[in-house]
Amino acid sequence: MSAAAADWLPSASVTASGRPVLSAGEVERNLLPLVDLVPEENPRLAPLRGCLLALTSHRLIFLHEASRSARGLPLATVVHAYPPHRRHSHNPLRSIFSSSSSSSQHHRIRLQISRPPAGSEVVAIVVTCKADVDVFFGRLLEAIRARAWETTPAAAPASGAPVAEGAALAEDVAIRMPVVGVSGILRMEQESWESAGQNLQDAFQDLNALMSKAKEMMQLAEKMRLKLLTNASTEPNSNDEDMGSKQDMQDLLLSVGIVSPVTKETAGALYHQQLSLQLADFVRIPLEKAGGMMALVDVYCLFNRARGTELISPEDLLQACSLWEKVDVPVMLRKFDSGVKVIQTKTHSDEEVFARISSLAQKPDALQKGISPSDAAFTLGIAPALAKEHLLNAENKGLLCRDVSPDGFRFFINLFNEIDAQNIYTQKPHGLYHAWISVAMASQ
Amino acid sequence: MQRLGDFRLPPFFNYPPYFTLQPVRETREKQVQLWKDLILDYCRSQKIHTISLEEDFPLFSNPKTERSLSHEAKEVFLAALVSEGRAEWMDKGHKKCLVLWLRIQDWANFLINFVKDNGLEVMTIEEIRSGTDTRGTELEGIDRGVLMRALRQLEQKGKAAIFKGTSADDEGVKFSV
Repeated sequence: MSAAAADWLPSASVTASGRPVLSAGEVERNLLPLVDLVPEENPRLAPLRGCLLALTSHRLIFLHEASRSARGLPLATVVHAYPPHRRHSHNPLRSIFSSSSSSSQHHRIRLQISRPPAGSEVVAIVVTCKADVDVFFGRLLEAIRARAWETTPAAAPASGAPVAEGAALAEDVAIRMPVVGVSGILRMEQESWESAGQNLQDAFQDLNALMSKAKEMMQLAEKMRLKLLTNASTEPNSNDEDMGSKQDMQDLLLSVGIVSPVTKETAGALYHQQLSLQLADFVRIPLEKAGGMMALVDVYCLFNRARGTELISPEDLLQACSLWEKVDVPVMLRKFDSGVKVIQTKTHSDEEVFARISSLAQKPDALQKGISPSDAAFTLGIAPALAKEHLLNAENKGLLCRDVSPDGFRFFINLFNEIDAQNIYTQKPHGLYHAWISVAMASQ
Repeated sequence: MQRLGDFRLPPFFNYPPYFTLQPVRETREKQVQLWKDLILDYCRSQKIHTISLEEDFPLFSNPKTERSLSHEAKEVFLAALVSEGRAEWMDKGHKKCLVLWLRIQDWANFLINFVKDNGLEVMTIEEIRSGTDTRGTELEGIDRGVLMRALRQLEQKGKAAIFKGTSADDEGVKFSV
């Protein structure tokens, strides 16, 4: 079922790789995988199921990943948000961690939303996975209080827009002034400069939320683990019931993946997936400029430079790239026989590169002296390491052949197939071999 | 046209990749073919019967392009000749190679035609290898081992009879044409 069904919500646009497109000044705050949106009172409104919920400063975006469609619920329409609850909860410990198949066991965050002109509706966000709903709810409240949507549109807000205490977010402090005089022009300049910077930042900010979530999860897990450890050491003779509940606790911790490497186990899964999609969106433009292929090392540098301070590790990058196999994105990771890894667009054609290399190798100078990887790098406008891979690939195809000498490693256009083994002294008065002989003779 | 002594070299002798063992299978097959033919042609024209991999061999380097074959490449090209029966390793270490620009069978035919054409009937081995009758022909300087194998093949067919003289150097052959 795609998100199109829920046409009572405004649709939200999605990037090529299936990430929500954020408007200017909109910042991703948190993510929840596997969320349903269920209208509780009005049966005529279609529910949304199995969505990735992205909380931004402006909207709740329900992203249906399979169909790459999304619906956005503006936070401006949220009249009231009720804290997460379950319909049945007996064992408080179990209720935190276990997740049974029954939907009544799932966390629900009920929202009262205004729907002019009809009035209001109550909808429930049903969290069907193991996730820290409280953190999400905290951020939801923060975002609703911050009212970021009131400050970012071009129109100046009415004086005295309510700004919640303690929620001094960056977008809240922007003070609007009429565009008048020199100061107005200066401000316009400043704004366009900022928005350019913002565009660059937008793509990367949203992972901050995830990262900080991971940190909280880590702290929680550590706290619990410590508690378990101290209990075990201080009360070695505790009774069976205690032991049982501890065992229970351990199991629960393990089942939700909250052991020490929490970032890898829980948030990690979502983190790499989202990073993967974001990377796919990011590399598209640099890839186009680089002719469809870039060394992984170069992408790593570019991506991290764009991220500013929120650096990722090479391992993260590799993981993100390897996740592309599972989703439909226009880029792919490719490993050359030599072990060099590159990112290329799926439409990238080796034939095109071969054609360019072939014509390069047939220039008079190259016929005589061959081409080196750096020659090819210069002509193709790519890194020498990558150029060498292309040359080796072309050699593999029988287009080139190698010349290893004290002068170095060079490639020549492959003449072996042009030479008539039966008649080695005569040549056709045309063709590659003839062209090569003319050049070779001329140089004597 | 480039020459090596009185041997005319083909143009591709100056093609630098010709001297680098090509790793790609199809390219290498073609390269090996060209080398096999050139080695046989050269040896035949220069009446060379053995090639030592340890010593310099004029064909295996090109001073003009400053390229020469690696030991591995030499061994690959000669091994290709060996596999076709156009050469034989003379030792286990593959250091010396006997080049058969004529196969034993061809040598036998060549010999029988030669004696027929020249009206010869009895010759000593040394006469065949360095006598006046064979001077200037391909038989001049023929490897003794190769000659003896060719003669034995003729003997089996009843076209020649090898007889011993007073010493080992004094073997002779009577052709029955």
